[in-house]
Amino acid sequence: MEHTSLLERILRGIALTLVVIFFMFPIVWIFMMSFQTNETILRIPPQLIFEPTLANYTALITGKLMTAAGTLDIAFMRNLGNSVFLSVTSVAVSLLLGVPAAYAFARHKFRGSEDIAFTLLSFKFAPALLVLLPLTLYFQKLGLANTYIGLIWVYQLICLPLILWIVRGYFEDIPADIEYAYRIGGHSWFATFRKIALPLAGPGIAAAGLLAFIFAWNNFVFALVLASADKQPVTVGALAFITSSGIQYGQISAAIVLSITPTLALALYAQRYLVEGLSLGAVKG
Amino acid sequence: MSQSALTISGVDKFYGPIDRGVHAVKNLTMEIGKGEIVALLGSSGCGKTSTLRMIAGFEEVSRGAISVGGRQVHTLPPVKRNVAMAFEGYSLYPPLTVRENMAFALKAARLPKSEVDAKVASIAKLLEIEDILERYPSSISGGQQQRASLGRALIREADLHLLDEPMGQLEPQLRAVLRGRIKHFIKERGLTAILVTHDQTEANALADRIAVMEGGVLQQFDTPDRIKERPANLFTGTFVGEPPMNVFEAYVATAAGRINLKLPDGLSLDYDKDAFSAPVRDQLLSRERVVIGIRPYAVRRSKEGVPARVSANQWLGDQTHIAADFAGGSLVLVEHDRTRLDLGAPINVSIDPKNLHVFDQASGKAISHGMELA
Repeated sequence: MEHTSLLERILRGIALTLVVIFFMFPIVWIFMMSFQTNETILRIPPQLIFEPTLANYTALITGKLMTAAGTLDIAFMRNLGNSVFLSVTSVAVSLLLGVPAAYAFARHKFRGSEDIAFTLLSFKFAPALLVLLPLTLYFQKLGLANTYIGLIWVYQLICLPLILWIVRGYFEDIPADIEYAYRIGGHSWFATFRKIALPLAGPGIAAAGLLAFIFAWNNFVFALVLASADKQPVTVGALAFITSSGIQYGQISAAIVLSITPTLALALYAQRYLVEGLSLGAVKG
Repeated sequence: MSQSALTISGVDKFYGPIDRGVHAVKNLTMEIGKGEIVALLGSSGCGKTSTLRMIAGFEEVSRGAISVGGRQVHTLPPVKRNVAMAFEGYSLYPPLTVRENMAFALKAARLPKSEVDAKVASIAKLLEIEDILERYPSSISGGQQQRASLGRALIREADLHLLDEPMGQLEPQLRAVLRGRIKHFIKERGLTAILVTHDQTEANALADRIAVMEGGVLQQFDTPDRIKERPANLFTGTFVGEPPMNVFEAYVATAAGRINLKLPDGLSLDYDKDAFSAPVRDQLLSRERVVIGIRPYAVRRSKEGVPARVSANQWLGDQTHIAADFAGGSLVLVEHDRTRLDLGAPINVSIDPKNLHVFDQASGKAISHGMELA
């Protein structure tokens, strides 16, 4: 049992509260805004008490945006669908390519392996806009502009290095002798990878996949440049709320709430799994 | 030992590029018979584990060949070599219980469940791990993990059993008991085992033959007795034996029909010429400088001997270790009775020529052991 003085506990409580308020405030505020109309949001001074309305959510789900200037069609639900499809597919492709690659980099030191691994990481160094200009030209020539395949391909720039480097670290942490013990027991290299390395690195792979998913989900600039309206994810789709008759804060808030829900849910679910995975083997003090 | 279980011929191991990288094992050649237990003995970094891992197939052989049961294996993957191994770091599978870990090793052999259970039970009894069979590796002690790992290797029927420091983590009492049982187990089943260890007691107790390695070079490969009585060189002489052999440089001189081995500090061991056998005497006289080695058990205190001064005196419960300042160095002698000698007390020591090991001063190669040439 840790011994702490009363003062220490009070100070710690205050510090924790401050941190939580600091990080939670924007999210809570957005959540509240999503149930208000533009008029109540823009009221000065802002008020905590208001009459909640579901109009923003209705507008998003039906795709009809009522503005002072008339009714606008918005494709928010489609954008949300695009986001889910693009992120899930990108992460799946990245895992399929990245996990075996990470294993190779972790276990087999071949000539130039460090250089290749570093090159892959360096994809993340380049500013996205710098990459985008030549990429746009290539993609137009190749017929990949404004296609899901093209977007998923470009999303590999985000997901693949992340997964590769995180998972590689997890593979390196598994003592090679555990795999050797399995191989010498009469099992092939591939069976060892599948039955020993993959399960042991499971929590790491899940963590990397989750992170990659969040990064892919939050990506804005690749989709903005390379996709037109019907292929755009929510991040780009949210621009539609900046209309000629003003910025639709209520709908933007509702859109944000809807778009962070999947990642939040995933994170909460995976967190439980991650903690479970990481605490395995930590039973002994 | 009619058939060879393992043949290592001219094996080199380089970490890094061949001829330029770290030369961990140098031109190693040895042959191990079927049913033999061989210990690879040496200090850390001597190449013993590299050798074991090359046999298992986890390290590539840079040069040379390895055959198991007459079959060349050094280019095969580990799965095709039919060897079993207990790892120094245990390497149990964390998500499996001890029982599953051991049974797992038999999985590839596709045995019926009842047979697997019986084998696990008998090995668990042998290693005294019956009560932890249902536990996970993370919840048992290092010694228990080590026994589980050893069990996982012994349970298999392989051409060769490789044991890397198999008992390093065990308590001394248990170690002594298990040594006997494991040796019996291996011999009873006619298994061939190679064990890597830096513990010479373990090597002596378990092995039929010991391969002493140092600096990647095989120094001597012989029975424990012969390694102790006839060390091939200065390294083996000083490495094997507890407490270690006393070693002094000596000048060979003759005067009035006697052979003087002149030590530093003006001391000299004087022997009658006839105290040595003719070939040993000839060898001694043909040289100017030699290195002499004396086992601590062979040093006697006597009235007429060479003077020394006690610098430490330890009673270990069954024997006394006395260290003395002697000839510019330190001399250790062992006596079986409790000896009361104060620090700084003068003593005289004598050494029977029958117990004298003589080594070449330059190469360290053994010249003679007692009355016989090496």
